[in-house]
Amino acid sequence: MHNKTIAQIARELAAGEYSSVEITQALLSRIEQLDPVYNSFITVTPEQALAQAKAADELRAAGQAGIWTGVPMAHKDIFCTNGVLTTCGSRMLGNFVAPYDATVVSNFNAAGAVCLGKTNLDEFAMGSSNESSFYGAVKNPWDLERVPGGSSGGSAAAVAARLVPGATATDTGGSIRQPAALCGITGIKPTYGRVSRWGMIAYASSLDQGGVMTRTSEDAAMMLNVMAGFDPKDSTCVDRAVPDYTATLNDSIEGLTIGLPKEYFSADLDPAMAQQVRAAVAEFEKMGAKVKEISLPNTHLAIPVYYVIAPSECSANLSRMDGVRFGHRVADPKDINDLYKRSRSEGFGAEVKRRIMVGTYALSAGFYDAYYLKAQQVRRLIKNDFVEAFKEVDVIMGPVTPTPAFRAGEKTSDPVSMYLEDIFTIALNLAGLPGMSIPCGTVNNLPVGLQLIGNYFEEGRLLNLGHKFQQATDWHQQAPAGLV
Amino acid sequence: MEWEVVIGLEIHAQLATKSKIFSGASTEFGADANTQACAIDLGLPGVLPVFNEEALRMAVKFGLAIDAEIGKRSVFDRKNYFYPDLPKGYQTTQLHHPIVGKGYIDIELDNGETKRINVTRAHLEEDAGKSVHEGFGAMSGIDLNRAGTPLVEIVSEPEMRSAKEAAAYFRKMHSIVTYLGICDGDLSQGSMRCDCNVSLRPKGQAEFGTRTEIKNVNSFRNVERAIESEIQRQMDILEDGGRIIQETRLYDADKNETRGMRSKEVANDYRYFPCPDLLPVIIDDDYIDAVRATLPELPDAKRKRFVEVHGLSSVDAGVLSANRELAAYFETVAETVNDYKLAANWVQGDVSATLNRLEISIAELAVSAEQLGRILQLIKDNTLNNGGAKEVFNALAEGKGDGSVACIDSLVDSMGLKQVSDTGAIEAIVAEVLAANAKLVEGYLATPEDKRAKAIGPFIGLVRKAAKGVNPQVVMDVLQKKLNELG
Repeated sequence: MHNKTIAQIARELAAGEYSSVEITQALLSRIEQLDPVYNSFITVTPEQALAQAKAADELRAAGQAGIWTGVPMAHKDIFCTNGVLTTCGSRMLGNFVAPYDATVVSNFNAAGAVCLGKTNLDEFAMGSSNESSFYGAVKNPWDLERVPGGSSGGSAAAVAARLVPGATATDTGGSIRQPAALCGITGIKPTYGRVSRWGMIAYASSLDQGGVMTRTSEDAAMMLNVMAGFDPKDSTCVDRAVPDYTATLNDSIEGLTIGLPKEYFSADLDPAMAQQVRAAVAEFEKMGAKVKEISLPNTHLAIPVYYVIAPSECSANLSRMDGVRFGHRVADPKDINDLYKRSRSEGFGAEVKRRIMVGTYALSAGFYDAYYLKAQQVRRLIKNDFVEAFKEVDVIMGPVTPTPAFRAGEKTSDPVSMYLEDIFTIALNLAGLPGMSIPCGTVNNLPVGLQLIGNYFEEGRLLNLGHKFQQATDWHQQAPAGLV
Repeated sequence: MEWEVVIGLEIHAQLATKSKIFSGASTEFGADANTQACAIDLGLPGVLPVFNEEALRMAVKFGLAIDAEIGKRSVFDRKNYFYPDLPKGYQTTQLHHPIVGKGYIDIELDNGETKRINVTRAHLEEDAGKSVHEGFGAMSGIDLNRAGTPLVEIVSEPEMRSAKEAAAYFRKMHSIVTYLGICDGDLSQGSMRCDCNVSLRPKGQAEFGTRTEIKNVNSFRNVERAIESEIQRQMDILEDGGRIIQETRLYDADKNETRGMRSKEVANDYRYFPCPDLLPVIIDDDYIDAVRATLPELPDAKRKRFVEVHGLSSVDAGVLSANRELAAYFETVAETVNDYKLAANWVQGDVSATLNRLEISIAELAVSAEQLGRILQLIKDNTLNNGGAKEVFNALAEGKGDGSVACIDSLVDSMGLKQVSDTGAIEAIVAEVLAANAKLVEGYLATPEDKRAKAIGPFIGLVRKAAKGVNPQVVMDVLQKKLNELG
């Protein structure tokens, strides 16, 4: 039951091969059995899931089922779910039962999907290894000694381990694409503004974007069909029609121009990885695409710019976690300042504190111009690199990460080396562009991701390319040993 | 040494929108604690603000009313500080790109001159909640009903030179925002609050002295008193050769003094940055013109019209135009009777006295403007004399009548106030009075010609006593004629 794609489950439910309750039950059992190893879920919600599955089966019996009716999935524990614990991977929200649904969650509920639970993540989505979660590190199903990537490591590991066919995720600097690459699955971060951020707990508001993690491009298209769209509750959400992403999956790519940024094939990139990525690009050439080397000259500035802007925004976004109205509150506070200080000291982990402090510093009087303002100016240069590039090419391709999954603990004591993990992914968030990661090979039996970067609102094109590649290759069907 | 006082005001006016500036929760005052605070106002994880366009419209209206530059691209910023009644840990406000730029208003000084006070800027922001320190033992309660109420913060140039000028400026702003209908102006509910920046410098010195800021003063009278006491405090320090410390102070109205706030209550680095959850607000000339078309006649224009078109004195016009509701009342009366001066005398006389006596506002007065207009019509056509008119007015004010204009005429009848102007009838009464008071008549006739005008007074009183409601002018004419016939 477990090695099925969303498309397959939707077809088989429709054909009456099994019920939603049956597949839900099967996956819940699998989670119960295997997840103690991976730790990919923070909260599993069997009761709610079975109730949703039962309702879905009834809807189907009444002839009112849609494509998503009864299909199981999971939400990253950064999306608020009404009546369900929503921790964001932090001790701070260890007691926070959200009183409302995120728009993304409402959308899946309305479509009839069955939510199995809430997946693990780096605390407040800050991390690239899923080691900063208060609820324990997540293991990479390909090698339990290694990290699954982050921050959406729980969603990635759950999908790779076939605990769930698809999961929502978020990407602020690579948090969908990097774990997708490290776990050998498919992940897409849409254009900024394509998916509502209402109810998605903010890390860095101008960079955060909800997306999906699945095993195939087709499944990602199906999920994005549910998630994408204008939401009047999010002022940064774009009011623009959403195409049917599944309708263009098989479009021809004949004559398409692929840009390969020379900066993405630099010394930072493991040569074995580079070889896999180039081989994948060659696959597209076989299908009629043309390849052109391009330059994104400000690539090297993306990480420093990100580590000014994201911490600055997070330093304000996390101020509401003050122990006053919800969340962790220290015992016996002496006064209000003591309440703030100790609640926050206890509630936040080291990486979160580090970013709050960096951001607070960058915004301080006398430093604002040199850091925040300068970073915003450079951000524009980075965006312009892409705007220029897309005048010449239709899509940009490159690696997702410099190396395959690294060992747990390897980078925890060196934050900067951890930050460099996102060297190829972060620029997209700064530019607001859509990006996707698909499995395109292995190095030392660890998955390698191919990054596809599209122009604004070209998610359909990326999914089309991903699908064509997955029709021609079987990298996406490879699974960690013993899991299929 | 002679000192010059330098004052600048920051006025916070709550905008009269139905819902909050970034959420759909109601802004109504006085509800049970925390019943008008939604997830956005509570700052729950994951919530996002959506800007209320009505607040924008009102702010633009204000900007146009003070002849200000309107920000075609305004930007919301986050002002970061921790306080329990600030749910998000930052206030959303506008720092570098406010909705309203440089403007001005004119205030009237005691000597009758007008002084222009420039407004630096006015920006939109959200109000905080309230901390409640009573009834929770050693703890404090938080009421977030007010959190997210839209405010426009109006910042003046430091151009006021006395506490009186500052109070006049505050009054004028109050008058403008209530005329515009963008603020209910209820000072007791905190709808308008004022921070006063005060400094002193030796007369003739160009540089400003060190200033202090008196926070949250909420009445016209207290603005004047708070500033007066702060001027005195600073002057005492400076005269003694001391230094003023730049600080935030609170005014204690009971003791009539300002005191420094504890340093803990003063945050110093707000780490402003543009709010990434809100897009810049872009408006064009069409939008501005559409708002301009909704501007009512403002107090200055009204005052000017009262003087130039209707011949009122500048002082009367000032009083009658300052308050929107009073001005509307006055104009209805004046239009009904078609006599602005008579209406002005009544509104500033009996109407104001009645409002003061009953401690009510013009909206609560039982005498409608149409009714008073009718009463004044009856004075003008000699149906009522002044005393009778007052009696009718007072009767209405005490709740007599049915609220209609028609009831005036029946009240005049039933109260027997109709004035007797019939000369024949009056001659008969006068004859009776003269016959009954022979000694007085003798005395009058013995009075030299040039003093008789005064000596006629007692006869008038006697006639009016004998017959209520006689027209005094007719009485005078008849008396003079009869007495002159006698000698």
